[in-house]
Amino acid sequence: MSLGSSRRSLLTAMGAAAVGISFGGLSGCTKPVSKSINFYNWDTYIGDTTLADFEKETGVKVKMSIFATNDELFAKIKTGNAGFDVIVPSNDFVTYMSQAGLLLPLDHAKLPNLKNIDPAFMNPPYDPGRKFSVPYTWLVLGIGYRKSAMKDGKVPDSWKWLFDSDVYKGRMALLQEAGDLMRLGAKYLGHSVNGIPDEMLKQVEAMLIKQKPYIKAFHNDDGQDMLLSKEVDIVMEYNGDIAQVMKEDPDLDFVVPKEGSQINSDTLAIPKDAPNPEEAHAFINYMMDAQAGAKIYEKILYPTPNAAAKALMPESYKNNPVIFPPAEIMAKCEYAAFEGPARAQVYDAALTRIKSA
Amino acid sequence: MEQGWRQAKGMFWAMLTAPLFWLVVFFFVPLGIVWLYSFGENRGLIDIVFTGTWSNYAHIFDLTQPYLDIFVKSLWIATLTTFFCLVLGFPVALAITFAPPKAKAWLLLLVMLPFWTNLLIRTYALMAFLRTEGYINTTYHVLFDMANAVAGGHLGTFQPMELMNTNFAVVLGLVFVNLPFMILPLYSTLDRMDRSLLEASLDLGAGHISTLFNIVVPMAGAGIVSGILITFIPALGSYLTPDMLGGPDSQMIANVIESQFKRANNWPFGAALSFILVYMTFIGIAIQGLLERKDAGRSA
Repeated sequence: MSLGSSRRSLLTAMGAAAVGISFGGLSGCTKPVSKSINFYNWDTYIGDTTLADFEKETGVKVKMSIFATNDELFAKIKTGNAGFDVIVPSNDFVTYMSQAGLLLPLDHAKLPNLKNIDPAFMNPPYDPGRKFSVPYTWLVLGIGYRKSAMKDGKVPDSWKWLFDSDVYKGRMALLQEAGDLMRLGAKYLGHSVNGIPDEMLKQVEAMLIKQKPYIKAFHNDDGQDMLLSKEVDIVMEYNGDIAQVMKEDPDLDFVVPKEGSQINSDTLAIPKDAPNPEEAHAFINYMMDAQAGAKIYEKILYPTPNAAAKALMPESYKNNPVIFPPAEIMAKCEYAAFEGPARAQVYDAALTRIKSA
Repeated sequence: MEQGWRQAKGMFWAMLTAPLFWLVVFFFVPLGIVWLYSFGENRGLIDIVFTGTWSNYAHIFDLTQPYLDIFVKSLWIATLTTFFCLVLGFPVALAITFAPPKAKAWLLLLVMLPFWTNLLIRTYALMAFLRTEGYINTTYHVLFDMANAVAGGHLGTFQPMELMNTNFAVVLGLVFVNLPFMILPLYSTLDRMDRSLLEASLDLGAGHISTLFNIVVPMAGAGIVSGILITFIPALGSYLTPDMLGGPDSQMIANVIESQFKRANNWPFGAALSFILVYMTFIGIAIQGLLERKDAGRSA
């Protein structure tokens, strides 16, 4: 008898709890409570608690997987049914994927936090009117280096040290991205990163073949780790990656070469065949929230296009010359435009020849 | 009897259906699609059309292009790897064969132990050893400092060995990964060997060395051939090891295939390169078949 009654009261209690949960869910948010979304992101590119915070707020679980290059992302999305709801393509791949019909047009009505984005980022040439993407970070390629290992204590403020000099023989690593290498080679030779003529590509190729014996490795965007572990002293990397390791080793620094460089912007977008576009919009909107954004940028140390989040950041971030390089040098940097799929093959063939030369 | 045979035949087909279905649907069909890609062309931004063109293959055999050189280089690295695996693996397999039965199980377990760890993790572990500030160089540094103290500083300043990001590191990594594939088939043939022949050889006055080369090696022939094949083929198509341990010079054919499927987004050409690799594997297996037939003919 007593057992029966206690069991029943237990059941009642559980029922009440279940009702409570469902009511809590309903009153907590007006969006449909759903299972989970898949987020395909770069490594070291999210705040420590961002995904858990989003789940707490909306009940939507975020499963994150990692990709290393835009090409990897593209190959997955191209085949269809990849199952991702939110992806993080860079600027030129936003153009590529939107032209190929792989991206879902964004519904700006579901993204009220777009108001937080700096207006300077709202109408970029790679995605006019922000139809397919919202900006997540921007980044600039430059030279990460170990201060104590530089000759005469000088700042290596030219691409020359990586492309055209044996001073740091065997102590340098270049990014294994055919497009970036060829474009920055042209930049060093005084050309824009876009519309590089064939003769100049030949010239860049010859320069890199000549440079190859002095290069320790072509790295897969892990140059900051090679620098930190003293595998190399000077490396081609993105500003945010170097800013992350500078916190661990004060002997490291970063410079944007005086010839100028290439700016990229990583964006949040939704694939055309995303299983949960509704929740994907909610997640993107959350990522643009000032508070949530501040927590992300505090961790990843990349420059933010989010004005409201930036306003919340400490001085050590806002005035960090690695994260926000001086304006006069940034004026010499350009976005790389998408120049058609055949262009990638030309660049890749050049890198294959360089490596096998 | 007749009925039984029929039943067994039905049983046989019933048993075979599932694996056959699996093989066709998940192996032959996808592989066939990739094979068709290799006769296709890119159209527009993401589409591939099958046009029956041979241009992808022609591009590989174009001598002004680097692809044949890369194949030759991959063959060379795979050959070196196989050679070192054989030279290191043969004595190990022989030692396990002649070990006491109790120790044998443990030794075999030790050979198989690396399979319990992911290749990626084993490669990272190797990197921890080979790095400029890795275990090998730090040990060398300590020894160098001690020697230098004895020599009164005449040895000069310490220069770490450049081990990572070299072709040496690639071959080392491949030997490290593939050695068990060589040891196991060698062991299985050596273990079945008739030992009375060894006793006879030694009794009749042959030394240990000549017994080894005149008796053991010929009898282990089949094991050696299958060990070579099973080491050479994965080594030829290795991707992770040259990518992670190699330097600017260490690109192998699988790395080029990867970049065709990703960076260059040229699937038809990547498919053609992959199929050249598949054909090379077929040739390897055919050679093994021929050698085995010759072997069988000789012993008959």
